[in-house]
Amino acid sequence: MRLLSASLLLPALLFAAPAARAHAFLDHASPAVGSTLRQPPTAISLWFTQELEPAFSTVSIVDQGGQRVDGGDAQVDARDQTLLHASLKPLPPGTYKVMWRVVSIDTHTTEGTFTFRVGG
Amino acid sequence: MTRFLFRAAALVGFALTLPGPEAMAHGFAGERFFPATLLTDDPFVADEMSLPTLTRNPTGADGAQELDVEVDLAKRITPRIGLTIRDQWQYVQPKDASPVTGFNALSTGVQYQLFVDGPREAIGLVGLNTTWGHTGRVQALGAPDFTTLTPTFDFGKGFGDLPDSLPYLRSFAVTGNLSVDFPTKVESSGSPNPNTFNYGFAVEYSLEYLQHHVQDVGLGKPFDRMIPLVEVALTTPFNRGQGSQTTGTVQPGLIWAGQHYQLGAEMIIPVNSLSGHGVGGIVQLHFFLDDLFPKSIGRPIFD
Repeated sequence: MRLLSASLLLPALLFAAPAARAHAFLDHASPAVGSTLRQPPTAISLWFTQELEPAFSTVSIVDQGGQRVDGGDAQVDARDQTLLHASLKPLPPGTYKVMWRVVSIDTHTTEGTFTFRVGG
Repeated sequence: MTRFLFRAAALVGFALTLPGPEAMAHGFAGERFFPATLLTDDPFVADEMSLPTLTRNPTGADGAQELDVEVDLAKRITPRIGLTIRDQWQYVQPKDASPVTGFNALSTGVQYQLFVDGPREAIGLVGLNTTWGHTGRVQALGAPDFTTLTPTFDFGKGFGDLPDSLPYLRSFAVTGNLSVDFPTKVESSGSPNPNTFNYGFAVEYSLEYLQHHVQDVGLGKPFDRMIPLVEVALTTPFNRGQGSQTTGTVQPGLIWAGQHYQLGAEMIIPVNSLSGHGVGGIVQLHFFLDDLFPKSIGRPIFD
């Protein structure tokens, strides 16, 4: 029992470490990952699990032909630094790929992709 | 007990005092996150610590009962070169005999990150592990009285590059290990120390990948950070009269990977009677030091 207590004491010290930031994972998105929309969205929003570094966090959206369909104005929200958003050009029916790459405020980099569909 | 505390404190001290200028990701190949597995080695260098890993082994082939408490530490020297150190305290209850406690042999490793292919979610690592003789209780616990050198190749592959027509298969990933043990002494107390071929793999299904990269299926916390998996590790000696005596375990379980630490639990099922009887279990608390201490020990010492 003393051994078990000792082995759990050291992890407790790590839990008590100064508040740390970490890798930013995607928490949720609008349009949702893999979703199909009847009406085309006018913007995309990505919420992450950590605050982002605005200068090094971006998202781009392309159509099936690889053409950019976002407005080129991706930015981290000034009031909520876990939120990255961009406007979208008018989207005809089709499948669109979202590609994000973000840096959390402690400089950890993560990236990801997902798709969403517009129309039937 | 004092020796255990001293060793544990030394391992933690080693981790907490090393400086370093730069940080990178742990266990990532592109958008694929590979968790630290409990049985098989990880195919990436990292700044991480398992503290503790508690193992209740299946009943041994000789009828012995065993409980292990293990500490593992991995530290990057450069973004591609890492060191590992591992030690294990054991409680062994032999059949019809008094229990014995003590340390098993100390193990260390040097690793090189051979490749990380983000678009293909592929990752590979080579290393040399050393199990040091006379660092555990040789007579009482059967810890080795010889040093063993083990070159290793570890790999990982995520299936996120499968076609969109197979969406739910894209969350799968596989990691694996190949290694050979080279004991530096051919026999101990009249028993041969054969060379052994070690091979293992883990099949993982990442719910995090499913929820955040493939399809939002409505998984909330904590389910969106879970990774069900099955690990298999086998060992086959191939000389010195010990050929074909393969032993190993199959370990189904679950890992939950958070921002700063992960929790893992698995059943331990022997593959044959030589590997033991009944079912055991393992639980692990694992810390991501690069996320806990991103500006100090969580970075490589040299960039």
